[in-house]
Amino acid sequence: MKAFTRIAAIALSVVFVAGLLAGVLAPAHYAKQFREDASASPSGKFLLGTDELGRDRFSRLLYGSRVSLLLAPCAALLSTLLAALIGGAAGYFGGRWEKSAMLFTDLFMSMPWLFLLITVRAVLPLNTAPTTSVLITFSLLGLLGWAASARVVCSGTKSLRNSEFVLQAKAAGCRAGRLFAVHMLPNLKPVLFAQFWISIPVFILAEANLGILGLGVSEPLPSWGSLLRELEDFSAIGLQPWRLVPLFLLLMVVSCFQMVISEKEYSR
Amino acid sequence: MKRYPIRLAALVCVLAALCSAAAQELHFILRSEPKTFNPVLVAEDASDTIRYLTGGVLMRLNRKSQQLEPELAKSWSISKDGRTITFKLREGVLFSDGTPFSANDVAFTMKQLMDPELHSPTGDAFRSGKGDVITQVNGKHHIAIIFPAPVAGLAKLFDQVAIMSGSSPQKEKAVLGAFMVAEYKPGDFVLLKRNPNYWKKDASGRRLPYLESVRLDIQQNRDIELLRFRRGEIHLINDLSPELFDRLAAETSGVTYDAGASMDSEFLWFNQAPKAAIPAYKLAWFRSANFRRAISSAINREDISRLVYGKHAQPAVGPVSPANQFWFNSKLKAQAFDRKAALDRLTQDGFHLEGDMLRDRQGNAVEFSIITNAGNKARERMAAVIQQDLAEIGVKVNVVTLDFPSLIDRMTQSFNYEACLLGLVNTELDPNSQMTVWLSSGENHQWSPNQATPETPWEAEIDKLMRAQASTPDLKKRKQYFDRVQEIVWEQAPFIYLVNKNALCAISSAVRPAEPVVLRPQTYWNAERMVLASDGQK
Repeated sequence: MKAFTRIAAIALSVVFVAGLLAGVLAPAHYAKQFREDASASPSGKFLLGTDELGRDRFSRLLYGSRVSLLLAPCAALLSTLLAALIGGAAGYFGGRWEKSAMLFTDLFMSMPWLFLLITVRAVLPLNTAPTTSVLITFSLLGLLGWAASARVVCSGTKSLRNSEFVLQAKAAGCRAGRLFAVHMLPNLKPVLFAQFWISIPVFILAEANLGILGLGVSEPLPSWGSLLRELEDFSAIGLQPWRLVPLFLLLMVVSCFQMVISEKEYSR
Repeated sequence: MKRYPIRLAALVCVLAALCSAAAQELHFILRSEPKTFNPVLVAEDASDTIRYLTGGVLMRLNRKSQQLEPELAKSWSISKDGRTITFKLREGVLFSDGTPFSANDVAFTMKQLMDPELHSPTGDAFRSGKGDVITQVNGKHHIAIIFPAPVAGLAKLFDQVAIMSGSSPQKEKAVLGAFMVAEYKPGDFVLLKRNPNYWKKDASGRRLPYLESVRLDIQQNRDIELLRFRRGEIHLINDLSPELFDRLAAETSGVTYDAGASMDSEFLWFNQAPKAAIPAYKLAWFRSANFRRAISSAINREDISRLVYGKHAQPAVGPVSPANQFWFNSKLKAQAFDRKAALDRLTQDGFHLEGDMLRDRQGNAVEFSIITNAGNKARERMAAVIQQDLAEIGVKVNVVTLDFPSLIDRMTQSFNYEACLLGLVNTELDPNSQMTVWLSSGENHQWSPNQATPETPWEAEIDKLMRAQASTPDLKKRKQYFDRVQEIVWEQAPFIYLVNKNALCAISSAVRPAEPVVLRPQTYWNAERMVLASDGQK
């Protein structure tokens, strides 16, 4: 098991480092169009071939990894923090607090957030640089994606609140802040970590869906989401199976995350 | 016992007849539910398909020759003032239910068409001025229709007018076209059967159509449509995307057809509206013909055709596609791709390069955004090509894809955009259908709509020419006027025309004759003369 975990950790590190060093490792700029080599198959010059506009897929994958691997975790962190705050407070205080917080959460979950995002994008300034647009996109995802996690956190906090060691701490006169920080938060960590890791691929895919609707990362900046859009043309995959590489990378990264985290949890 | 062989023979005959009927059933897909079977209310593609196949018209625009041909009207004449059209009708024609056809049916159809309560989209094209349309029935087979004002391109408008029976108890179900609606299952299919009373016969005297029936399956998914074509379940596909076309062409030879440049065009324009929510210095760029033409010259249309449409598109010349044989101004050529010429033009307006960045006289960096509709891959790719082409002359472009309602809101209400990339699906040959685009007061005059008075001399000239062409029945003069409009549009580039997409389609090798054309309906325009060959005959 440990060997697998080590391999997973190494694989993750490689992908992260490759993403961070995209500027150095990529053979070409992500926006550079080699128009005479459009839709080229993998070769020494283009490791993963080129897209319809002649852009080097490998370079775009490296730059896209940087965008997605840095920003999807940031969005996941933001949403998990919000979930911890709202769900944790609701579970800890219970009663009316819980009812109102969960009502708010349900309201948030029932909101057509996709349309909300479209509306938000529609009112943003048009001359927004691609980098700013990607930051806005992931921030919005983080701000809107906390509700489901908040329910899970609330339920976890509730069960902790009624546990014997918390009751004992309360009886010993432990104050609310300390009780939460010292006794409850460490026990909530697995729940929060799980929510965090689950959110990352969800946000990467949400960004891909938004790309189709016009709210994703704008051209020419790549992200895993925009690279996954090449799979829309499903029947072309048989002819160009290398189009699947971003999907495999996403699956690999998510699986590696899970393996590393699970190992940490088991070893606790 | 003796009768057994006779019965068997009869059974074989019946089965053979059934098989033959089934073999002569043309199948293709309707991409949406037909909203109506009433020909005067048709407003979308699916209903239009059914109208085309079932409706009998006074005259038909031959989709191949682009010439009007007599149908239910043996002949027609238009008065010098362009207000009256007189028809001499074909005799002995019956509706599908056996009701005889007469001038009264034409009068009834015109009444329906112009009924303000019905809001007929087909009827709108005939509204030329204030006042009623008068029909004068001069005998059983003569009718004159008088309009309150001249209607330009009047005769061609009748290609869309399916004549309805004024006396049949079946109302709009009684038709004069080659087929009639036999069965409709919402969400599933529309079955059209051969009209046994169809008036047209072939050279050998055989009554048309040859096909027994046409089955139109309702299916929105284009991939499923392609799959069914591959399986041989459907015979035709109209409007194939370049990717699907190339894939199908690679798999099966002899079933894909590239009919050449279609009437559809893709273009870009700058927001020049005085009330546009953009900085004054940018508005000044966009209102300069030099700036617009420079941008036009810096865009490589050949690359757009090759990279975005897999060579299934032609560099566009102007508002009229070469597919429109009569109205296209053949003196004009597509803007040549020339970066040096683009920079020279920009220099004339005081623009200069500072490093990699183009700046105007005041030192403002030349940067603008192009909006387009989200989810349209071809346009997104086209925008990326333009982005790189313009970067080569120091212009920074931000591509913004928006959902369609937001896009329309920015284009027509808030005017909060800088440039827009869209396309036009053009079904009408006559320039009259583009009046609201070219008149400066028009709401579709996208670069600066609804002008109280023309903002520029060239827009005033276009107004004058468009009104002149619309008010004369003399086709030669109309052509001269509209040729000049095309020249002005080419010189001023209010719309930067990019490409005309090719008309791509697929026709099964069983279908004879396969003669796809660029005008809609591309593949089944000659359905009344189509036959399906059996496997052995393919």
